[in-house]
Amino acid sequence: MFLNFLFASIKAGTPLLFGTTGEIMTEKTGNINLGVEGMMFMGAFMGFYTGYHTGSLALALLAAFGIGVVAALIYAVVTVTFMANQNVAGLTLTIFGIGFGKFFGEAMIGKAGGSPKLSEEFMASISEKPLPVLGNLPVIGKLLFSHNPLVYLSILVAVLCTIYMLRTRAGLNMRAVGENPAAADATGINVTLVKYIHILLGGGICGLGGAYLSLINGGGIWNNSSVVNGQGWISVALVIFASWNPVKAIFGSLIFGAFSVLQFYVPKDVIVIPNAFYVMLPFLITTMVLIITSMKKSKEGSQPAGCGVNYFREER
Amino acid sequence: MFKKLLSMIVVATMVLSLAACGTKKEATTETTATETTATDAVATEAPAAEQTTKGIPMEDFKVGVIHIGDPADGAGYTFAHDQGIVAMQAALGLSDDQVIRKNNVNDTDAVAIRTAIEECIEEGADIIFGTSWGYMDTMEQLAAEYPDVVFSHASGYKSNGTNFNNYFGRIYQARYLAGIAAGMKTQSDMIGFVAAMGIDNSEVTGGINAFAMGVESVNPDAKVYVKVTNTWFDPTLEGQAAEALLDLGCDVIAQHADTTAPQMAAQNRGVWGCGYNSDMTKDAPSAHLTAPIWNWGVYYTMAAKAVLEGTWTGENYYGGMAEGLVDISPLSANCAEGTQEAIDAAKQKIIGGFKIFEGDLYDNQGNQVCKAGEFISDADITGAMNWYYKTVEVK
Repeated sequence: MFLNFLFASIKAGTPLLFGTTGEIMTEKTGNINLGVEGMMFMGAFMGFYTGYHTGSLALALLAAFGIGVVAALIYAVVTVTFMANQNVAGLTLTIFGIGFGKFFGEAMIGKAGGSPKLSEEFMASISEKPLPVLGNLPVIGKLLFSHNPLVYLSILVAVLCTIYMLRTRAGLNMRAVGENPAAADATGINVTLVKYIHILLGGGICGLGGAYLSLINGGGIWNNSSVVNGQGWISVALVIFASWNPVKAIFGSLIFGAFSVLQFYVPKDVIVIPNAFYVMLPFLITTMVLIITSMKKSKEGSQPAGCGVNYFREER
Repeated sequence: MFKKLLSMIVVATMVLSLAACGTKKEATTETTATETTATDAVATEAPAAEQTTKGIPMEDFKVGVIHIGDPADGAGYTFAHDQGIVAMQAALGLSDDQVIRKNNVNDTDAVAIRTAIEECIEEGADIIFGTSWGYMDTMEQLAAEYPDVVFSHASGYKSNGTNFNNYFGRIYQARYLAGIAAGMKTQSDMIGFVAAMGIDNSEVTGGINAFAMGVESVNPDAKVYVKVTNTWFDPTLEGQAAEALLDLGCDVIAQHADTTAPQMAAQNRGVWGCGYNSDMTKDAPSAHLTAPIWNWGVYYTMAAKAVLEGTWTGENYYGGMAEGLVDISPLSANCAEGTQEAIDAAKQKIIGGFKIFEGDLYDNQGNQVCKAGEFISDADITGAMNWYYKTVEVK
């Protein structure tokens, strides 16, 4: 039973991990993008639509990534080039993205004459199956090596992002821009370019998270009204929980995923707590983490100093 | 100095624009006032005409529908209602412009409800159906304001005896039949039920109890395990709840929830399920057994016809299997052998007067909830059923 619970937690945490990794990339470059929910919704639609018509998982993921990039491009143009308020731009992107997904989702339903459904072959390509050899190991085989391919992809993306961020020159430049764009500018880093690249990259990763929701969680059927349903917002909260580090986000998303399925795995005849309590838990923990990190005042695990402030060269 | 001047100008503009708004508002109220008098004038004429002809000429007849969602969703609650409207339109031979649909009307926003309904009235609707619980009070008020329009509201309980009533049905009868299909299919004698709402919601709870009694009627050893999502529509949560039930060892997943996610979860594990609202066999062909469904067209056709012919009475409507309002979708090939016969027999029994909640019944705490020779009234089933049947367990 406990094994099943952990397995379900990993599955529930995967879309969050995508969203969080994407948002970390964005925030590390000094821009806070509150449009995660919207970018995920757009990714959910494009991923499903492409998978529905082409039957190819690779193309579906590429399309979801692509639409995430386009959505983030809107945000980047508005905030980096035109220096609009980042919070407002992000919130607007959320509203826009949800509208975009629902509008085209409805058109897709109308064209299909009923809820569109992914083909059997497509569903087989994203089904959970044990990996050869590793999947046969006791306990770990089921827990770690019997997932759908997107779970591995999410962890791979998170690890690659961390290595890139902490171990490469480009990653160092990006962190410099996020902490102090004026200083980065003075050393000859092209601040605008760095911001653009990472905001777009982050948006694309968020789009992948959306694709996970529509392809895996929906069971292969498009639900127009509530594909994303707040997962994007939880991802934003998870960024704080993970203290801006994608590898920590792997564990964070596992914990948040565990909280979201906990209500279904706690035996109700033993522990009687209303479900609403379990729904509240992730946010309660985030609040506590915020308090603890602010008390510790560690430079490592705090928000990039330049985050939320647009950089205007002439004003430095 | 300049700044002061500027701020004064800004303040002045704001005051002026406010004043402008004020006058505009007055103007609009005036127009609505004249419009109301205009409708009043029409209204006073109308009854005179009605008294002679009794009913409405076919070509003038219009039907309004207020939907909480969008029929374009292609499945689920609003879709099921709209299929009923389509059936009514076909049965009465109405043209498309004789049906006025207002979609996505939030049922907690009284202003939006009023606007949507008044738009229908302005377009000439003779009968207006409201499909969601929250429309009830607004419809009641409007029924008093527009005595010549008939207001019919789903799932509530109020009525004014003339031009406002409520309609709903005994969906628990269909759930009993679905329970038979599930009870005959299960190998592990463990059946999962994904419930949108907890024990306090008697619509859901009554459905679970009827389902469990259907299961028990063919398989006394089987138990029904319930997990509550606390939402009517969330594919992620519903899927997770279903998977948790499957992890317990359940091999049939039933649901009172709007999405197909629980059925898809059952299909992915290679086991079985019973959907709800629409026939989910097309979504989960290798898992789905049968689903309790609504045929709202039965009521919509009857009600619209009554208004059209002038025989409308304003009584509340509470239909069931005998009227054809509720039923189960055709059994899929996944059902166990003999299911069709067992269900047909039970269906005949229900149509013949079997109440389901009758006789000696106990809840899962061991309390007697119904005595031998008695039955539970429909009012209690829809409004006050806050206990689970003895084979039901919340997990």
